[in-house]
Amino acid sequence: MKVRLEHLTKRFPNRNKKIKTEVVAVSDFTFEIPDGKLIGLLGPSGCGKSTALNLICGLEKPTEGKVFFGDDDVTDLPPENRGVGLVFQNYALYPHLTVRQNILFPLQNLKGEARPTKAQMLEKATEAAKLVQIDELMDRKPSELSGGQQQRVAIARALVKMPKVLLLDEPLSNLDARLRIQTREEIRRIQRETGITTVFVTHDQEEAMSISDLIVVMKAGVVHQIGRPQDVYNKPNNLFVAKFLGTPPINVFEGKVRGGVLTIGEDAVLKLAGVDDRDVWVGIRPEGFLLQADGPLCCKLIGVEVMGRDVSVVASNSACTAETLRAIISSETQVDSAAHEVRFALRPRKVFLFDRGTEERIPYDVR
Amino acid sequence: MKQSNLKAWLYLLPAILFLGVFMVYPLIDVFIYSFEEGYNSASQTVFGVGWYNYSYVLHDPYFLRAVKNTLILVVITVPLSTGIALLISVGLNSIKPLKELYQTVFFLPYVTNTLAVGLVFMILFKKTAYTDGMVNLLINWFGGESVDFIDGPYWAKMFVMCFYTIWVVMPFKILILTSALASVDETYYNAARVDGTGKWRIFTRITLPMISPMIFYLVITGFIGAFKAYSDEVALFGTNLNAAGMNTIVGYVYDMLYGDSGGYPSYASAAALILFAIVLTITCVNLLVTRKGIRY
Repeated sequence: MKVRLEHLTKRFPNRNKKIKTEVVAVSDFTFEIPDGKLIGLLGPSGCGKSTALNLICGLEKPTEGKVFFGDDDVTDLPPENRGVGLVFQNYALYPHLTVRQNILFPLQNLKGEARPTKAQMLEKATEAAKLVQIDELMDRKPSELSGGQQQRVAIARALVKMPKVLLLDEPLSNLDARLRIQTREEIRRIQRETGITTVFVTHDQEEAMSISDLIVVMKAGVVHQIGRPQDVYNKPNNLFVAKFLGTPPINVFEGKVRGGVLTIGEDAVLKLAGVDDRDVWVGIRPEGFLLQADGPLCCKLIGVEVMGRDVSVVASNSACTAETLRAIISSETQVDSAAHEVRFALRPRKVFLFDRGTEERIPYDVR
Repeated sequence: MKQSNLKAWLYLLPAILFLGVFMVYPLIDVFIYSFEEGYNSASQTVFGVGWYNYSYVLHDPYFLRAVKNTLILVVITVPLSTGIALLISVGLNSIKPLKELYQTVFFLPYVTNTLAVGLVFMILFKKTAYTDGMVNLLINWFGGESVDFIDGPYWAKMFVMCFYTIWVVMPFKILILTSALASVDETYYNAARVDGTGKWRIFTRITLPMISPMIFYLVITGFIGAFKAYSDEVALFGTNLNAAGMNTIVGYVYDMLYGDSGGYPSYASAAALILFAIVLTITCVNLLVTRKGIRY
C-alpha cells in the first residue's frame, strides 16, 4: 500500500496556557511512501517524528493536510479503520495476557464477517509468531520475556491482522547494542518477507541508514531531506543533515572561497569551479582526509586511536568549529604519533560547502 | 554483621515495646480470658477453664442476631460500594472539566465526622411527631406510605444501615480507584485503539485487569472494615443496639463489656475471638482468590 502525505501539519496548544503561541510538531510534511518499502523517519529527539507517525496511524488528527492510503483519503478515519499495525516504543504488551493472548487480541476485536473462527485465529497467531520466531514462547507472560523477545511479540501482534502499513516507533531504543543490530536485520527480513509498507522512527542515524530503503531527515517539525541513505549521506541538502548523518560526525570548518580557491584558515586546500567569492562552512567527512606529508591542510596532532580496521587521527585546527577534528584513515598508513602536526590532503567528494547564512549546500566542481 | 544486627534491633525497640505492651499482651490476655469460666474482674477469681464462654456466646440469640446483621451488611455493602465506586471513578476519569471539583465533592464524606453524618441521616430518615423526614416526604410524593426507617421494620432499618455504610466508605474507594485508573499507561489504550478494540472490551480486558490489584485491596479492606462495623450503627440507632435489633458483632462485644447487661469480659473475649476467626478466614480466602486473579 502506497502512503501519501500532503502538506501534513500538526500544531499543539502550548502546555503553558499563558503562552498563546502554538507548538508546531510537524510542519507542511509532503511525501509519498512507495508501496512495500521500508522508510526510516530520522531526526533528533523532539523533532516531531513520533507525531508524524501518529498522524499516519490516526492516533493524532492533523491540523492541516491530508493522509492517503493508496487512493483513499484516510485523514478522518480512526486508527482501527485504517488497517495499520503499530509497534510502540515500550511495546505496550498487555502484562496480564500471555504471548498467545496478546497476539490474538487484535483478531478477537474483529466483528461480524471479518471475524475468523477460533481455529483460524489460532492459526494466524501461530503464523505471526513463527514469522518473528517466538512460537515457542506462546504461553509465557510478557514479564517472563527478554526485551528482544517482547519486541518480537509486539511486532507479531501488529502483523497478525496483516495491516496495510506497519508503523514502528523507536523499535530498537530499549534494546542493548548487540541485540539492536540483530533486531534491525530481523525487522528488515520481516519487512521483506511480508512486503508490507513499513515506516519506522528513530533518532539513531546508523539504524536508519543500515536498513531503510528511504530515509526522511527531520528537524523541528520540518523535513530537511528525503532520499536513499547513501544519497543523503553523499549529498546532504544542508549543514544539519550533514552533521546528523555519519559516525564519527562530519568536521565543520570556517572557510572562504577566493578566486576559485577554498581556504581553511591560512591553508588553500582545494581549487574549485562554479563558486563565487564568499565565506562558507566547510564540512569534511572523517574519511575525506588523506594523510600526506605535503598536504595543504595543516593541523595540530593530538592523538592517534587505532581501532583495528582503521586509524582515527584526532587533531585540532583553529578554523574548526569543534574543539577537535577526527580523521579516519586506513590502518596501513603509518602515523607518527609523536609529531606535533599532521598535514592532510582532501578528497573533494567528501568535502561539502554550505552557505554561512542559510546553511544550504553549495554545489561546486573541482578544477 | 553482629554490630549492625544489634543496631537494627535497637531501632526496632520502641515499636516492638509499644506493640508488645499495647497489642500483643492484650491479645494474649483476651485469648486467656475467653477460656476462663466465670471470671470475676473484681475478685480476680475463676471457676475453671474450658469452652463454656464460646458455647454461651454461640447460643446467645443477641449474638446470633449480631452475626446475621453483620453478615448482611458485609454481603450487601462490600460489592455494592466497590461497584458504585468503580463506576464513579471511571466517570470521573473520563471527564475533563470540573474534574477536581467533583473529586472534592465525592471526597467530602471522608473528612466529615461519623456522628455528624449520622445526624444528617437521622434528619433524612427519622420519623418524629412533627415530620416524617425527607425520604418519607419523597415517598409520599410518589404516592407511597411513610416508613419509619429508624424505629420501624427490620428491612427498613437494614436498608438505612447499608445505605449509610456504602455512602461512608465510598470516598476512600473512589480516591483509590481514580488514582489507579489514572496510573494505567496511556499507551495500552492507544494500542487497543489501533487494534480497534471496543469500549466495553477495553474496560473488561485491559482497564479491569490493570487495576485489579487495587480492586482486590479495596475488597479485602472493605470486608475487614464491614465486619468491624459499630460506630455507624450507634450514630444511626443510638447506643442500645440490642433493643433496636441492629447490633453488630463488635457492638455485642462492647455491650458484653460495658453495656447495660455488661461486665462479662470472658464472653466479650470469646465473641471477639470468634469475630477474629471469621475475618481471618474470609481474608485468607480473599488472598487466595487474589493470587489466582492477578498474575503478571
